[in-house]
Amino acid sequence: METGEQNRPQRKYLISKGIDGFFASIHHVSLFVLRFFKELFSAPVEFRETIRQCYIVGVKSLPLISITGLITGVVFTLQFRPVMVEFGAEGWIPATVAVAVIRALAPLVTSLICSGKVGSSFGAELGAMRVTDQIDAMEVSAVNPYKFLVVSRVLATTFMVPALTIYFGLLCGLGSYFQVHQADQTSFPMFISGFFEKIDFIDYASAIFRALVYGFTLGMVGCYQGYFTKQGTEGVGRAANKAVVISNFLLFIEEVLIVSGISILRSFM
Amino acid sequence: MKKTGNIHNEDIVISIRGLRKSFSMPVLRGIDLDLYNGENLVVLGRSGTGKSVLIKIISGLLTPDSGTVMVLGEDISKLSKKEMDELRLKIGFSFQNSALYDSMTVRENLEFPLRHHDKNLSFKSRLQLIEETLDSVGMLPSINQMPVELSGGQKKRVGIARTLIMRPKIMLYDEPTAGLDPITSVEIIELINEVQKNYKTSSIIITHDLTCAKATGDRLMMLIDGKIAAQGSFDEVFKSQNEQIKSFYDYNFVQ
Repeated sequence: METGEQNRPQRKYLISKGIDGFFASIHHVSLFVLRFFKELFSAPVEFRETIRQCYIVGVKSLPLISITGLITGVVFTLQFRPVMVEFGAEGWIPATVAVAVIRALAPLVTSLICSGKVGSSFGAELGAMRVTDQIDAMEVSAVNPYKFLVVSRVLATTFMVPALTIYFGLLCGLGSYFQVHQADQTSFPMFISGFFEKIDFIDYASAIFRALVYGFTLGMVGCYQGYFTKQGTEGVGRAANKAVVISNFLLFIEEVLIVSGISILRSFM
Repeated sequence: MKKTGNIHNEDIVISIRGLRKSFSMPVLRGIDLDLYNGENLVVLGRSGTGKSVLIKIISGLLTPDSGTVMVLGEDISKLSKKEMDELRLKIGFSFQNSALYDSMTVRENLEFPLRHHDKNLSFKSRLQLIEETLDSVGMLPSINQMPVELSGGQKKRVGIARTLIMRPKIMLYDEPTAGLDPITSVEIIELINEVQKNYKTSSIIITHDLTCAKATGDRLMMLIDGKIAAQGSFDEVFKSQNEQIKSFYDYNFVQ
């Protein structure tokens, strides 16, 4: 019978192997990210593919973002109304919705939707290309697959997620207006002036900055998982799944870090 | 359907010396190989003997552990990325599963390398070149189809056309008849011979199909356990008294 004493060297070996693997994977990911910046500023530019990816990421996500934005605005206003009415502050509903949406919800919710829709499709698409040798086929025909597949996709998410965030915010506002107008017969100009009353430059800038960072992250994670897919079709499914799980996890970590940073910045202003 | 007469001259287009490659265990254990200009060299062997690894090293997809690989007079280990890409344009690689870009039509698959490497070509000349190349492999009617709509044999033909469009000097075929029915296999075999004749290519054909080996090979090379066990004409290789070569022959149907 094996004792704990006998198992100790094996446990030590597994722990050290795990630590080695962790640092090796960080090194691998860092190289992948650094390569993006290197390839970004070298010729040729895959302009056509980048535009195609912008269309896929941006335009094709519009229906989902529209529905989610409108519903979020309506539901958020509905949930807030009783509390505001209790304090006699229903006139503050537009400003409250705006602060919540622009400071918090819009970049995060848009990125989470894109991570599920776009990040997973990057993982699956590139994964399928890897296991069917399409990436190798590009390499042997002297086309840089990283530049064609990864740079174009990451650029698309980096620029399209902020655009979708703005759109999401506007739709949220519209949803909120429908609810406020139905309950209080508030006019549209009055709603708009209340909506933008408490929003300052830092709110807009931080929302766009966060959306840029989240877009870059979800694009990078999706492409990384797909680009290095192994083990056939099972690996493709795993790549799509990991793309969503890891990018969502990273988005929340980034949210905490960036929001903390912005709070510190605000305290100096 | 036996191929007769060597058409090559003495110019060596690929020269490999002492090539070794290991993954978790040794795969290639000291390969020496010469491919002559205009020659079809068939590399035979069981699965896992390193046949595909050999052509992946030649095309620069894998790097060898040791040994030298000279392609068209260039030592590939000493080439920069740009020089390697220039060399790759002279090498066509036909993948086992064709590796067609499945989000693109047949025309776009052929257009893809042209768009990246021949930017001065007008739309009209590009289309003409695509049509000519597709016609040469008998796939012109499928020009606007998606890869998913093609059969296995058709995909192979388009895959070969996509490599031919850059007019390569060397063709590397990885298991060209794998997974095809006998009639389609014969069609692909004929296509390989036509490519050699019409495009004046030198080729390495990786296969374990003896019908394909006999019909396409000017010279054969048998790999066993990562080493060359025999080489020569079809008859010379299979006259060998090596038990593994004999059993390889016995388990194959040869016309």
